[in-house]
Amino acid sequence: MEKIRVLVAKPGLDGHDRGALIIAQSLRDAGMEVIYTGLRQTPAQIVSAAIQEDVDVIGLSCLSGAHNELFPEVVQLLQEQGVNDILVVGGGVIPDEDIPFLESNGIRKIFTPGTPTGETIEFIRTHVREER
Amino acid sequence: MSGKQPSELYQDWADQVNKRLERNPERSAKFETSSGIEVDRVYLPEELSEEYMEKQGFPGEYPYTRGVQPTMYRGRFWTMRQYAGFGSAEETNKRFKYLLEQGQTGLSCAFDLPTQIGYDSDDAMAAGEIGKVGVAIDSLEDMEILLNGIPLDKVSTSMTINAPASVLLAMYIAVAEKQGVSSDKLSGTIQNDILKEYIARGTYIYPPKASMRLITDIFGYCAKHVPKWNTISISGYHIREAGSDAVQEVAFTLADAIAYVKAAIESGLEVDQFAPQLSFFFNGHNHFFEEIAKFRAARRIWSRIMKEQFGAKNPKSWQFRVHTQTGGSTLTAQQPDNNIVRVTIQALAAVLGGTQSLHTNSRDEALALPTEDSARIALRTQQIIANESGATDTVDPLAGSYYVESLTDQMEARVLEYLQKLDDMGGAVAAVEQGYMQREIHDKAYQTQRAIESGDMVVVGVNKFRIEGEVQPELLRVDPSIGQRQKAKLTALRDRRDNELVSQALDDLRRASQTSENLMPYILHAVKSYATIGEICNVMRDVFGEYRPI
Repeated sequence: MEKIRVLVAKPGLDGHDRGALIIAQSLRDAGMEVIYTGLRQTPAQIVSAAIQEDVDVIGLSCLSGAHNELFPEVVQLLQEQGVNDILVVGGGVIPDEDIPFLESNGIRKIFTPGTPTGETIEFIRTHVREER
Repeated sequence: MSGKQPSELYQDWADQVNKRLERNPERSAKFETSSGIEVDRVYLPEELSEEYMEKQGFPGEYPYTRGVQPTMYRGRFWTMRQYAGFGSAEETNKRFKYLLEQGQTGLSCAFDLPTQIGYDSDDAMAAGEIGKVGVAIDSLEDMEILLNGIPLDKVSTSMTINAPASVLLAMYIAVAEKQGVSSDKLSGTIQNDILKEYIARGTYIYPPKASMRLITDIFGYCAKHVPKWNTISISGYHIREAGSDAVQEVAFTLADAIAYVKAAIESGLEVDQFAPQLSFFFNGHNHFFEEIAKFRAARRIWSRIMKEQFGAKNPKSWQFRVHTQTGGSTLTAQQPDNNIVRVTIQALAAVLGGTQSLHTNSRDEALALPTEDSARIALRTQQIIANESGATDTVDPLAGSYYVESLTDQMEARVLEYLQKLDDMGGAVAAVEQGYMQREIHDKAYQTQRAIESGDMVVVGVNKFRIEGEVQPELLRVDPSIGQRQKAKLTALRDRRDNELVSQALDDLRRASQTSENLMPYILHAVKSYATIGEICNVMRDVFGEYRPI
């Protein structure tokens, strides 16, 4: 089977990428191909990178509290481009009470601080197959 | 050495301290334990050997291992300075006043990310980020509201601002002027440490060369006009948060500091002109004794670098003065009240390490910005250490501990090894450009993550002693209307102000940016004309370009 391709992305202006870098490396170690966007990406840039790189998954990381604005915009732009087969997940400093809103806006899963990387890997493996 | 015997040196020191006490008495005429045992100002070895004098010395004296002041917290506690800011200038002004009412002794301002990266609130890049991680400041108008009713000749303010540090400092000076306070009376700090932004924190704007020039312009300007201001806060804090260990935190911070000193000297300043205004910022992390040793080692190394390598003659140039914040990345989202205990231990280590000011994190910061209740408990934590623990009654209480002295020596040796390596690479700027420090930090962060996941490193409430089905506490929410409100304010400002004056000021700044003139006066002038932070930073973006990470 082909390797799962993942875009790890930092939307917004937040410079905290310890988590994003750790996730990127953990997914690589788990056999996935990972592209990291670097900091300060607009939702439009993220979507265009995802399409260009033909990824299966977008992992969004935000620690600034701007997730409610930025995460749904990524999903919306994907839909506008007619892309329905990319699994979008997210993580960061995200209060529990925001999770239902994000999930109802197409972010399939939110991983909060303290989540073992194994859990994220397992989720991606299981759900990418469904999308495919 | 001066040729005097250590015992004579001690007598000199004691005489000097006594003289000083006549002017500035300690908090109490006498310090004693609960059992009535008198507590000495400083405890010394039975015999003052040459080795002791060389490595430790007396508090307030070179090499400052035992602290930068002779009486430390017997004289006065550290400055209790809680980092705060969110939403609008009005809301943050209210939080500032609340913290001052609660006994905080200095302000520390958090700006939102658009402000930190030099974008106006109505810039497309600011979408979603306005007022989120700090207060939104677009122009002098916001700064006037932020500092309304706060006497700037009495309260010192620290501002976490880096790439646009000169703009925010200029705004602060302008507000003070309106309050009738001249700039030579102002005290506070701007972070202004761009190298660690490239390494670990991410709010850079311009490439290294232009950024270093802006920084040395500030050094030069403040040496003349704002002499009580800390012109930079060279930060290991964010390096540690990004995943480094304690040795790397000290080594990379000091490597950055060396780069700033060299840049300032190259710009034509004398070392003693600017060095007394340099300050530092460390993390207060988990390993209690290593943290204490870290502060002691850093003071010793820095004083020697300044005296021996750079030939500084003013003792103030030798002093490693440091602000500490407890380690944000050690906070857990799980069982958040446990964080109060973590913060207490970390804060106590910073105090035993001899910090000059301290921010204690709030219990809920792995979830959101702190609520007012959480922020109060965090401040109370410092107040309890200061007033109840007795840890403040003698200077450098852990000196002479076999363990702490050994850790101090070993940290020093490892830091010096790193500094040599970085020097061989061409210094901190070259190392940043090669991504060396970034890689070292990431490798360590990844190792830490693996250790947590394997259970080798215990994080209480996360990989051990968990509770299932926790309910999160009430969290602070930033009013989402802030974005609209800031944009409306900007539109009104642009209608109201003298736009000709603004364009003139921006043109002048543009021209000066293309020369090697000091930019501070131009930025100050632009700020006073109510040019916005985005307008000012965009002029310099045009001239200097933007940094693109490797």
